[in-house]
Parts: sequence; structure tokens; C-alpha cells
Amino acid sequence: MNEIRETILEILQDLHEDVDFENEDKLIDKKILDSFDIVTLISELSNEFDVTIPADKIIPENFNSADALAEMIAALEDE
Amino acid sequence: MQTNVLEYLEQTLPRVPDKIAFADDQTQLTFAQVSQNARAIGSALHADGLSGEPVVVFMEKSPAAINAFFGVIYAGCYYVPLDVEMPAFRIEMILEQLKPRAVICDAVTQEQLGKFGYTGRYYLFDEMIRTPVDDAALAQIRAKQLDIDPIYIVFTSGSTGVPKGILACHRSVIDYIENLSETLGFNSETVFGNQTPLYFDACLKELYPTLKFGATTWLVPKQCFSFPIQLVEYLNAHRINTVCWVVSALTMISATGTFKTVKPETLHTVAFGSEVFPVKQYRLWREVLPDAKFTNLYGPTEATGMSCYYHVNREFEDTEAIPIGKPFRNTGIILLDEHDKEAAFGEPGEICIRGTCLTMGYFGQPDKTAEVFTQNPLQTRFQELIYRTGDIAHYNADGDLVFVSRKDYQIKHMGHRIELGEIEINCGLFDGVEFVGCIYDKVKGKIVLFYTGPAEKAALAAYLKERLPRYMQPNRIRQIDEMPHTPNGKLDRKALAARYEAE
Repeated sequence: MNEIRETILEILQDLHEDVDFENEDKLIDKKILDSFDIVTLISELSNEFDVTIPADKIIPENFNSADALAEMIAALEDE
Repeated sequence: MQTNVLEYLEQTLPRVPDKIAFADDQTQLTFAQVSQNARAIGSALHADGLSGEPVVVFMEKSPAAINAFFGVIYAGCYYVPLDVEMPAFRIEMILEQLKPRAVICDAVTQEQLGKFGYTGRYYLFDEMIRTPVDDAALAQIRAKQLDIDPIYIVFTSGSTGVPKGILACHRSVIDYIENLSETLGFNSETVFGNQTPLYFDACLKELYPTLKFGATTWLVPKQCFSFPIQLVEYLNAHRINTVCWVVSALTMISATGTFKTVKPETLHTVAFGSEVFPVKQYRLWREVLPDAKFTNLYGPTEATGMSCYYHVNREFEDTEAIPIGKPFRNTGIILLDEHDKEAAFGEPGEICIRGTCLTMGYFGQPDKTAEVFTQNPLQTRFQELIYRTGDIAHYNADGDLVFVSRKDYQIKHMGHRIELGEIEINCGLFDGVEFVGCIYDKVKGKIVLFYTGPAEKAALAAYLKERLPRYMQPNRIRQIDEMPHTPNGKLDRKALAARYEAE
């Protein structure tokens, strides 16, 4: 789980060098991530973890923080 | 003969006064309201002596902002939409170029305006629409207007670091709307779901056909484009049947398997453009909407909206590109080779456009305008302008145009047109940055910025956010020890690309 989280943090940091992704938990609510970012994230996460992120997982709750993203990916890997 | 875009509104109004014209989740404006508000705004601007000059519309994306555009045209002025999310520095640069005497804003943007050092008059939309309509004055303005008078300026990326304002007139927009509507089959039943921002010419596709046919445009909330199921549910809830979207918005829906959960129920016309639509994604759409009309559109802002179309009506190989097709009626395309001769059939050449669609060039930049709006070299006996797009294309065996590449460092990224030079120049202005080079990774759709010097990456990223719009932000920033140059001293982008690929 920690490894997943680390990788996700790297991907997020590449999107926005100036955001504190370690602690931020309102990435969507505060509009830090926009539709460009979501599209990019989906493709990078899919490649990196070799998972398919289905549309029903692409909801604001799963994208609000690095933790939420990591949980989603971990669950997808278990499937 | 129609000579003014507002005639669309005036002819539609008696037919469907109470139908919704422009709507979002907060506001719905009927044609009667749109007409009343626009004439009130026109009267207010006229009463203050504004005429034949740019009027900035600095409002949140909303039906009201669209309504303000028409008000500006009633006053015999031309509207300049500015985006609320544009960085302050860019807005200042645009205001500096325009030196507008009036800005229309809303309660939210009014507060921001002070930051830009703007000292002219500003009007609140909600107050302006209470101005008594002066029909006699509006009729006098109309009587003097010509169809070659400008109606808007939109700003596009400039390679010198300064955005370029492109002006278009009534005649070009009418020509575009007539031919686009015929090609895509718009009518009074059309319900548009708008995606594109109002500060580009892309939104012409929805705005003016809505007026012409008495159709309806819904402004789809921006957040929907992050969450595909929400997006399709929104289309269904509002019975949207026509979308003209950037490719990435369509791809996001199909690539994530949204159709397994929810399918578009009312959608029958899908137009896309600015970028290549991957064939695999197109097939997923075709599968779920077998009877829908899919159309690829191509065109530069300098030739008013779109210039070419291709109805996708056959199977494509995975590696095959969907053509950009043929020009709209009353638009001419010639392909010129590097010697300014017409390229032989099948050979690549620069797409050059002729016709009423040609815009009036770049505001306040006659030199820049003359570089790309030139005499048609194939026509030496009388004056005829062409617009040189910088796009290279060739004809395929069916006689359809196929896009090949760019002549320069302009890229298309998430549907936006960007000059890499503009990013480089802005980056180079940051303290601690020595050399800068930008490349575009087409496969992954990433802008990659390389720089040398002691500047901190995070600080540089934060700085760029203040200077450049969202869509121009580099997706990757790499600090390197030495910038590669070619033997004649130019930035070696190929070496940068090789370096990036090796990562």
C-alpha cells in the first residue's frame, strides 16, 4: 500500500510541482485537479499499475487525495 | 441579404419567444429575455458614447455572458471574452493591447478587475439589463453597420510570448454558421451541450445556430468533464442531442467503459476536431450510437471557426487517421509547396484558405497579419488574400484532405492551440533560469519543459501558473545541466526529444 501511495505521489507531483499532495485531501473540491489532470491521471495510473480504472470508480471521492487514489488502485489490483 | 448576425435573433424571436435559448444549472434565458437584455446592454453602451470599439466581457461562463456578447454587437461594438481563470498577467497583457474603454462584468469578477490596473469604466451585467431600451438609437446604429464590421476578438497563443487577438466580422460568421448548420444538419429541435470555453471561436458552433434556428444550448458544467458517468447522465437529463467537443472529452467517456454503466440516449450528432480522434475510441462510440452522425472538423481561428469537414462513414484501420475531408461550401483550400506552387495531387503542401471565412487578422499587429494573410501566389492578376495556416496536409485517393504535420512549433494539446515558443519565453523570464527548451510528446500528450540554471522546479511551476493559462502549463519539468544546441546555435529539440525518450 505504501509503495502504491509513493508512486501515486510522484505522478501527482509531476502534474503540479507546487502542490502539497502529501497532505491535501480536497483535490477535487478545491478544484486543484481539473479535467485535464483527471484524464492524465487515469492514463498514467492505468499504465503504471496495469489496471483498468472503470468509469464507476471515476468519481470525486476517489480523486480527492493521494490516500483515496491509493485505496482505489489497491482495490483494483486485488480484483 | 442578411448582413448582421443579430438578424438571426430578430427573426427567431417572434416564433419562439418563450423557448429556452441559453441555459446552465443556475439560469435559463428565453429568446425574449436574450433579446430584451441584449438591447438594454446595447442601449446602455450607446448612451455612454461607445461605438465601433472593443468591449471586454469579463464574466463567469454563463448564459448571461453569452447574452452580453449580443448586447455589445447591438451597440455597434465588438466583444472580447476574457476568461475568469486566465492568469492575471495574461489578462493585463490583453488589456494593454486593447486599451478598452468599457468592461462588462458580474458580481464575482468585479472584484478581480481591480487587480489588473484597469482604470476604464466597468458595468455590472445585472444593472445594465435594467437600462430602458432605446430602439430608435439601436435602429440608427444598425443602419450604419456593414457586414465587414467586426463582432468579436478572440486571443490565441503567440510565438513571441504575446497573445494575438483575431477579429472576425458579421459576414465571415454568417458564412460559417450557414455552411456549418447545413453540414451538420442543425434545426429547431437541436439541443446543444456546450463544452468549449466562450473565449475561443469554438463556441460559435453553438451560439449562433441557437439564434438562427431557435434551438437550445446547455452549458455543461466543467466538473462533468472530469467524471464521465456524470457527464453522460447530464446529457440524458437535458435531452442533449448535439455535441461539438474536443477529442479528449469524447475519449474520456469511451476509454473508461462508461457505456457499460450509462449510454447517451438522445445524442445523434457528434462533431469533434482540433485533434486526431483515435480510431479505437471512435469505434466504441459508433457501437453505442450506430445511427448517429460523426463528423471530424478542421479549421484555424484565422478562418472563422472551422473550414473543413469529414463525415466518418466507413471503417478505419487502427493506424489510419480520420481525414479532415473537404472544405465547407464557399471556402477554398489550396495546398502550396515550399516554392509557393500548388502541390501535386497526393503530395504534401501547406493548407492555405481562401474565402469569405478569412478573418480580419490580428488586432493592432499589421506586420504579424501580413505574414500569414498574403496575396494568393497562384493569382497574379488581381487582389486575392489567402490565409497560410502552417498546417501540412495531402489529398488521399478519395480526394479527402489528410493532416500531416505542422510547419513550426505550434502544437495542439487537449484541443488547444499552443506555441511552444510562448511557454519558453515566459519560462526564460524567471529568475535563475538560463536556457529553456520545450518539446511536445504527441503520443502521451505531454508538454515537456527543459531548463538550465539554479531555479527551483516548484517555484518555476508556481511562476508559470501566474503567467500562462492552464492548458499551456508544462506537464513535465526537467532541470538539466546543459541545453543542447545545433551546430548553428539553435535550440536542438530533437536532442531534447531523444533525451526525454531515454528516460
